[in-house]
Amino acid sequence: MDPILFIVFLPLLAAIIGGLGNRMLGNTVVKSLTTGALFIACALSWKIFLGFLMHGAEPQVVPVLQWVQSGSLSFDWAFRVDTLTAVMLVVVTTVSALVHLYSWGYMAEDPDQPRFFAYLSLFTFAMLMLVTADNLVQMFFGWEGVGLASYLLIGFWFRKPSASAAAIKAFVVNRVGDLGFMLGIFGTFLVFNTVSIPEILVRAPAMAGSTIHFLGTQWDTMTILCILLFIGAMGKSAQLGLHTWLPDAMEGPTPVSALIHAATMVTAGVFMVCRLSPMFQTSPVAMDVVTYVGAATLFFAATIGTTQWDIKRVIAYSTCSQLGYMFVAAGVGAPGAAMFHLFTHAFFKALLFLGAGSVIHAMHHEQDMRYYGGLRKHIPLTYWAMMMGTLAITGVGIVDVAGFAGFYSKDSILEAAYASASQSGRFGFWMGITAALLTSFYSWRLVFLTFFGKPRWAQSEHIQHAVHDDHHGHDHAHAHGHGHDDGTAGYHPHESPLNMLIPLGVLSLGAVFAGMIFSHAFISDGAGEFWRGSIAFGEHLIHEMHAVPGWVKWAPFGVMITGLAVAIYGYVLNPGFPARFAAAIKPLYTFVYNKWFFDELYDRIFVRPAFWLGDKFWKLGDIGLIDRFGPNGSAWVVAQGSRFASKLQTGFLYSYALVMLVGLTAAITWVLVH
Amino acid sequence: MAGFPILSLMLAVPLVAAFICLVVDAKTARTVALAATLADLALGVVLWCQFDIGGAQWQFQESKPLFAGFSWKLGIDGIALLLIELSVFLMPICILASQSIEKRVGEYMAAFLIMEALMIGVFAAQDLFLFYIFFEAGLIPMYLIIGVWGGVDRIYASYKFFLYTLLGSVLMLIAMIWMANDAGTTDIPTLMAYDFPVDAQKWLWLAFFASFAVKMPMWPVHTWLPDAHVQAPTAGSVILAGVLLKMGGYGFIRFSLPMFPQASADFAWLIYWLSMIAVVVTSLIALVQHDMKKLIAYSSVAHMAIVTVGLFAFNTQGLEGTMLVMLSHGLVAGALFLCVGVIYDRLHTREIDRYGGLSINMPKYALFFMLFTMASVGLPATSGFVGEFLSLAGIYQQSSLVAFVAGTGVILGAGYMLYLYRRICFGDQKNADAAAMPDLNLREWAMLAPIAAAVLWMGVYPESFLAPMRADIQALEARLASAKPAGDAQLTAGQPAMKTEAHSEGAH
Repeated sequence: MDPILFIVFLPLLAAIIGGLGNRMLGNTVVKSLTTGALFIACALSWKIFLGFLMHGAEPQVVPVLQWVQSGSLSFDWAFRVDTLTAVMLVVVTTVSALVHLYSWGYMAEDPDQPRFFAYLSLFTFAMLMLVTADNLVQMFFGWEGVGLASYLLIGFWFRKPSASAAAIKAFVVNRVGDLGFMLGIFGTFLVFNTVSIPEILVRAPAMAGSTIHFLGTQWDTMTILCILLFIGAMGKSAQLGLHTWLPDAMEGPTPVSALIHAATMVTAGVFMVCRLSPMFQTSPVAMDVVTYVGAATLFFAATIGTTQWDIKRVIAYSTCSQLGYMFVAAGVGAPGAAMFHLFTHAFFKALLFLGAGSVIHAMHHEQDMRYYGGLRKHIPLTYWAMMMGTLAITGVGIVDVAGFAGFYSKDSILEAAYASASQSGRFGFWMGITAALLTSFYSWRLVFLTFFGKPRWAQSEHIQHAVHDDHHGHDHAHAHGHGHDDGTAGYHPHESPLNMLIPLGVLSLGAVFAGMIFSHAFISDGAGEFWRGSIAFGEHLIHEMHAVPGWVKWAPFGVMITGLAVAIYGYVLNPGFPARFAAAIKPLYTFVYNKWFFDELYDRIFVRPAFWLGDKFWKLGDIGLIDRFGPNGSAWVVAQGSRFASKLQTGFLYSYALVMLVGLTAAITWVLVH
Repeated sequence: MAGFPILSLMLAVPLVAAFICLVVDAKTARTVALAATLADLALGVVLWCQFDIGGAQWQFQESKPLFAGFSWKLGIDGIALLLIELSVFLMPICILASQSIEKRVGEYMAAFLIMEALMIGVFAAQDLFLFYIFFEAGLIPMYLIIGVWGGVDRIYASYKFFLYTLLGSVLMLIAMIWMANDAGTTDIPTLMAYDFPVDAQKWLWLAFFASFAVKMPMWPVHTWLPDAHVQAPTAGSVILAGVLLKMGGYGFIRFSLPMFPQASADFAWLIYWLSMIAVVVTSLIALVQHDMKKLIAYSSVAHMAIVTVGLFAFNTQGLEGTMLVMLSHGLVAGALFLCVGVIYDRLHTREIDRYGGLSINMPKYALFFMLFTMASVGLPATSGFVGEFLSLAGIYQQSSLVAFVAGTGVILGAGYMLYLYRRICFGDQKNADAAAMPDLNLREWAMLAPIAAAVLWMGVYPESFLAPMRADIQALEARLASAKPAGDAQLTAGQPAMKTEAHSEGAH
């Protein structure tokens, strides 16, 4: 049996057994089962990846089962394994395995652990189906499957109204994108008469310049197909307009945020655009759309990230912004750089989320950074892990020497955007530089607020609860009103257990070294050898990238230092400054702090009108119009017959039999007459 | 097996059992009904196994002339086979779901068994008038089921149901008589290949449309359905949604399309507009419902609109997708009504707000309900997806606008179904009585598990269901080919300006 079958189906099997076995099997069995399955899948994935990296393994397709064959439309269950898939395999299984392990500690006190682990494994299965898809429909299966898992995990704590609301929002907003994806598949089938990805990619260039009608208007065929598919990518990858679900998704447990809403699921859109990059490159307009949307998102999300207080939301907006970078890379024709950033981002963003989880764990579920402070003394290992993540995401490194993971991947995106020399590329570059400044600022702001300064958690309700419960336990040992004027209220955060720290350690290694080790394979001159046609690797763009002016290469470094300096000034040296500054630019601050009012806007133009219309269609349309003039309008018929009807309801069997008989006789009479 | 009248036997078993049920006591009636429906299910399995895929179009044919050219003529093709399988599959489940019926159990069981015979008859009939009798007679037991064993407003609902459906069928009968005169035969297979004059087709099509649109039901003649569902007992709703609604779709696929291809093409725009309105309007209405059954009833109307657009896509994907949507909806809507029934039996209310947090005290129930919810919103690997996907893929080739508007159903559907699920299964246990409800018992488990298995089977390996009807759909598509309107895509050939460069890109 091919190893890919184990990689994909072991998590499914574990999810089914663990989910259905649930309490019957018990916490430990289910947790061992799912985690074990994931570590095996992870080991096998690395083997495949290294095969592509070192020995130039051949791409292959492993068929599993026939799925649908309807006329000329046919698609099967099959696994495609090439370089692009291999990269995704290691990302997905590595982060997933580590998150499984981490959850042993993080979820230790949850009463519903088997369900949680089963969902995690189910998610991994769906994600693996997505990345191994050989046709668009199987990709769509994975696409929706991860959507389901995401829905279930966001709503894991389903008693909380905010959690179940966020779950629905995530599913429904994603469905908007999915409609675009579906229409894209239909259009692709109409044009190419196939949904097989390799066949589409081969035949796409020949369709350049053709036109097609969509919704009554004429379009360039490849442009409309790519844009429709890209709308799907926008939904899944939370790009501007369809991003509103991602911050709310933070209602889910933190390991979920790390796995689904940072490292894997949200990158599915980027993966799709890269997988279909030869198709996208047949339409310059579609490529521009991808670039502009990515650039707008990376900037917009970064601005919001600078103002949020919830530690997870800062990282969520940061994710949104980093995904924008990846789309810029894909849009300017550098899918290699996009995939490289996806790869490194998976490590450092999962690290940041899991680190944040460790902080939250230590702080009794307090997520507001205003109630943190000085934590580096209490949870030093978490602090160092978060530092690694922050150094990686802000892209610390020296040009031509060495740097953290994000340094290689983000800089390569910015260089590619500049080198592409298109208008959209320039737009992406300048937005990217600006956002890099903001990224550095909000990332360091997070670190300083959390780990530096004095403790501020005395006012936190979560902490007060914890202290309160604690005092009840041993009331006499500690006298009340000790006078904890150090801002701790007598609460001392503890470092997380080992099963949470190991994943942090492993991911820290990734955040530090992933860039150095893999940049050569992913984005160097000879990287075409590595990708082997699995993406549209533009060799000439790589050359251009290396030839960009020196200031372009140094600009990210400059803004990174600036962001750090501003953060130090505002959150270490002069803590009163941010509030004063916010007050000075109040309207702008309010706008950004309220996330550009997207939620309010959508609520007014979509959600409320939908309910209002539904109500009107029902009460005025169905009842007021159709029923009134339809069946009830002919009420006199019923009234006439009502006396007869009341007899009919006598309940005597023979009267029913009579009715049936009369009916049958009447029918037969008709036949006889004619 | 050849020559053995298995179809007649499948009709006779429930009929005989119905008479037995009328005379025995309640407990025996339940057993007899269950045994008879299981026996029919077993016959159904035999039927499926014996059905020769790729063989003759019409199989298991029986013919016995009765009088005046009217004959007892049965026979099935793949399309009919699948719908018969759906009927016999759901029937034992309905009998199991009727445990809470206390009143007139014998008559109740008899009504269901007669219903089963009539449903099989509809799909197996090969004579125009035989079909008509089965088709219309099906009204009567359903009318009784709603009117006698229904809820508080059952009288109003049953009349509405009866009036609506009867009104449509009068026109159909007149059309049938005209057809029999014109073609000189009442044999359905012959009529399916008979070319009626083009102007006559128009009127005939409209007459049949009147009947099928009500049965379907299509907007705006759908308002009987929510009332009928709300008032019907659980098993009645299951049969109504599971099989009766499929008769409209079956009518289109068996009569309107093959017999009046030209008129079908001419009136396609009417179907498109009514379907598009139905998807949007009824989905939005489903969003604001407080009554579980009404919500699912409105969602049925929206799903049936996908059926009609698929039918009038005039291509293989649309037609096969339509059939799968019908089968899937039969299973899924049936299962959802069973899910409603399960909690209705415990709390005796359909008011959504009276529930909440059921995931806590009824985890097994919550799991089944989640599966069927996902199947209803068309999650891939459930039955709902394949049909919906193929139907929409089919209609996209005709009109991207229709595909787009009908496609909004996947967004709205997710909205109202998840909103329903949230209010019932998520949140806190705010109602003490709902929080005290016990989880599924063995009987309920036995009702839901087979449907769940079928839903997943159809989603993962739909070939089992596509294979029997492939040849029939092909024949139908060939029949429609001449009338089929051109799609609106107007695709032009590509002008690969940079052929050489495109080539070198692929080489990397």
